[in-house]
Amino acid sequence: MFNNHERRKFNQKSEHSIEKEWPFRLNFYDKSPWYEVTLEEFEKHALDRLRILAEIESSFARNRSWEELKTVTTRQFKDYLPLNSNSASTVDTQTERRNDHLGHFVLRLAFCRSEDLRRRFVKAETALFRVKYESDDARERELFLKSRDFQWNEVEPDERKQYSSELKALGKGSTVQQLEEWFEKEKFYKVRWTQVPDLVNKRRVLLIDGWAYVPSKEQLSIVLRAFEANLENALDRTARSIMRMDNDSRLTDVLNHMSRGFVAGVASEYSSGPATGDEITADMVDDLAKRHFPLCMRNLHECLMRDRHLKHFGRLQYGLFLKVLGLSIDEAVAFWRKSFSNLTDDKFNKEYKYNIRHSYGLEGKRANYPAKSCQQILLADKPGPSDCHGCPYRHFAPDNLQTSLLATYSSQGLTSADLAEVMRTVKEGHYHVACTRVFEITHAAAGVKKGEGIGEGESVTHPNQYAVKSIEIEKAQLGDAMVVE
Amino acid sequence: MADSTETSPEVMLQFYRMLYPFKSIFTWLNQEYTPKDLFTHREFAFTLQGDVYLRYNCFSNSDELKKQVCALNPTRFEIGPMYSSRPSERKLARSVKSGKLFTPLKRELVFDIDMTDYDGVRTCCTSAGICKRCWAFIANAVRVLDAALRTQFGYHHLLWVYSGRRGIHLWISDDEAMGLTDELRRAIVGALTVIEGGKEMAKKVNVRGTGTKSQPGELPPSLWHARDEGSRMWYRLMDDQECFLSEDGWRTLLKLVPDKKIVDTLEQRWEKQPGLKSSKKWDELKAEVKDTGPRNFAALEDIILQYTYPRLDAEVSKHRNHLLKAPFCVHPKTGRVCVPVDPNRVDDFDPNTVPTVMQLLQELNRAGEGASWENTSLKQYVDMLDRHVASILDDVRRRERTKAALQTGIFELICISLQDLAW
Repeated sequence: MFNNHERRKFNQKSEHSIEKEWPFRLNFYDKSPWYEVTLEEFEKHALDRLRILAEIESSFARNRSWEELKTVTTRQFKDYLPLNSNSASTVDTQTERRNDHLGHFVLRLAFCRSEDLRRRFVKAETALFRVKYESDDARERELFLKSRDFQWNEVEPDERKQYSSELKALGKGSTVQQLEEWFEKEKFYKVRWTQVPDLVNKRRVLLIDGWAYVPSKEQLSIVLRAFEANLENALDRTARSIMRMDNDSRLTDVLNHMSRGFVAGVASEYSSGPATGDEITADMVDDLAKRHFPLCMRNLHECLMRDRHLKHFGRLQYGLFLKVLGLSIDEAVAFWRKSFSNLTDDKFNKEYKYNIRHSYGLEGKRANYPAKSCQQILLADKPGPSDCHGCPYRHFAPDNLQTSLLATYSSQGLTSADLAEVMRTVKEGHYHVACTRVFEITHAAAGVKKGEGIGEGESVTHPNQYAVKSIEIEKAQLGDAMVVE
Repeated sequence: MADSTETSPEVMLQFYRMLYPFKSIFTWLNQEYTPKDLFTHREFAFTLQGDVYLRYNCFSNSDELKKQVCALNPTRFEIGPMYSSRPSERKLARSVKSGKLFTPLKRELVFDIDMTDYDGVRTCCTSAGICKRCWAFIANAVRVLDAALRTQFGYHHLLWVYSGRRGIHLWISDDEAMGLTDELRRAIVGALTVIEGGKEMAKKVNVRGTGTKSQPGELPPSLWHARDEGSRMWYRLMDDQECFLSEDGWRTLLKLVPDKKIVDTLEQRWEKQPGLKSSKKWDELKAEVKDTGPRNFAALEDIILQYTYPRLDAEVSKHRNHLLKAPFCVHPKTGRVCVPVDPNRVDDFDPNTVPTVMQLLQELNRAGEGASWENTSLKQYVDMLDRHVASILDDVRRRERTKAALQTGIFELICISLQDLAW
């Protein structure tokens, strides 16, 4: 048309202004989308992002190390969400960044609905941000950090001097001289401790009067925490306003579909009913424990039999495990009543029955609690000085673990010759690998070979998975035997 | 141990009517004299005779609270958080689709230390028992935590309360502490939890960074004070508790020494000398460790921490909505009142001299008609709470003044610029 010329000019101008909209590869997503979006785009970019987030979640569930997670996610990035740095002149970085922005905001809408979804979304998005951050061009990252106010102040020289011995204790160095050198070069930032809770938790900062003195090697923590807090607040606001969103079925359908997909994508929760098909009764537990339970549950079972009692988190870990294994509420009450034989009926009914019923969703808020996964057992509710719960591979002293392994599994074919291998993986921190190896050894008689794990090379990520597989193997064997007969 | 008449319903009712300092408790929770959300949206839970448990009660002022306490006559009552709306109207708040939810907003940061967690290291009593000797552990815990929370986290309004039997509670009322989210509470608890690992883990202190073969990781600076306090009481504690006298005791100790050679030498020596005092054993261990490098030396520091560092009941502190027994309640088993404890004189505190409810009522009787808690030995404890409350109120007023000053400041600024415009 006659004004084609004009239009091109206009486009150029707007492209130029967009240039400023997306100056960085990193983004805190402060500004919600102000541009028009087609329905296809709306769905496509969100689904692409969802793939990456789901991969991150399953990495968490599988206990992958951060490095592994990073490699996996970076690969996914290439396929689903390419993001190049400014130096890549041949690529349309602006569109890439717009897609990143759009995908993030659509998923916010999908995942603001429940507290659980919000928490998981924040966790996965923060990991995604960290992957981007760590792979970012150093100079651009510096500029990005300068573009925001993180409310950190560099520690003044006289304060550095005053607390020099404390600050040096935060460093790593094998010799005094190395430590001195590190201290000379390292910058320290001062922030409110509430901005770096994870560093406070791990005692990796100096705390004085509510201020945290953070070495610059831990700067990432401040950034991630700010990102997290930002997103949490934004999701809260979204959750409140989404109730007022017009019921546009074009969008709500897409959104509902997505949040369901995220839930289904993760196999970490093992809340299905009796997987073995058979009802388990209270008097079967002892026998089942001896033949099929993983070490954590064996330990709890033995503690319960020995002490006639388990402390709160022990009851929770063992109780939910039994529930998911197929112990009905009546049988569960019978089992615990029988096990706590030192208690009077009155005390049991008053102080314990409620909790058992609660864990079956029959009291209080009536939630159907899933059994705890390995990850939860390893990381949450760490056992205190007189507790029996937790993961033996992680929470036992090496000597006690060896004794306990032999005492527990020698009847099932574990010999002291196998211990070296198991203990090595424990030492490397691969607790689930150690547990999987023990499964293989104790089921070798049934034909499970090394490396097969609990089927198709999968390693143990859930105690119930361990027990169910063990029961299945035994059943299959019995079946075979009958056929032979 | 008190018999059941000590805390019979009649006695408890008298106690609530005549002695319980409702006014002081109200002002402490409310942080102001006129009732506001901090009190009116606060959850109270009652444990009645026969272990009936009533949750989500709330009251408009201290008189209403007193009236209900006297009507229900609970064996004890607990204090929870301030919610986003009145706990009695929680169903309404949950059902209305206004985005207004029923969530806990503010709550004192609380800690609970219980003697049972020390069963692995104390030898004088077990489980529910407590004596002046066990109290040394609690006293050290109070010193260490009090200092850490004041100097590291910058909190000022700490109220330590004897739990009535074998432990102690801490309530922190600073503005920042009141507003902490569960996540931040978890972070504090994590920073203050040093003893970890279950029954089967010998070495329960693993707080150092990764070191090298010859050089251990540094002890984080936040634990230096705890280490020094622990070392200060170490010999006294060994003489008192004799933790390494029995064979079990010294074998546990040797499990914590990383150097196999030292362990073998001492094992052989100590097997031949049953009855060697703990402090003597420690001296021998120290002599062996001397000049063997910093790694073994660090292990000694870790051992002292394992035996002396405060053992927190972490769950109590992690969630805003956890309920904790109110100060000045009566422990149903001992009859003792949960009185405040002065952290600076915690060594002198003897749990066995804390007034029981019966004793207080007798004092009241002797004082004659019209007497109140002021005429009993409860007075010094209520005064302690009142002084604590006064300092909280001071702080609140100061905060409000700065806020007001800031606002008038802005107002004046606007006036000035308006004047400029007029010119």
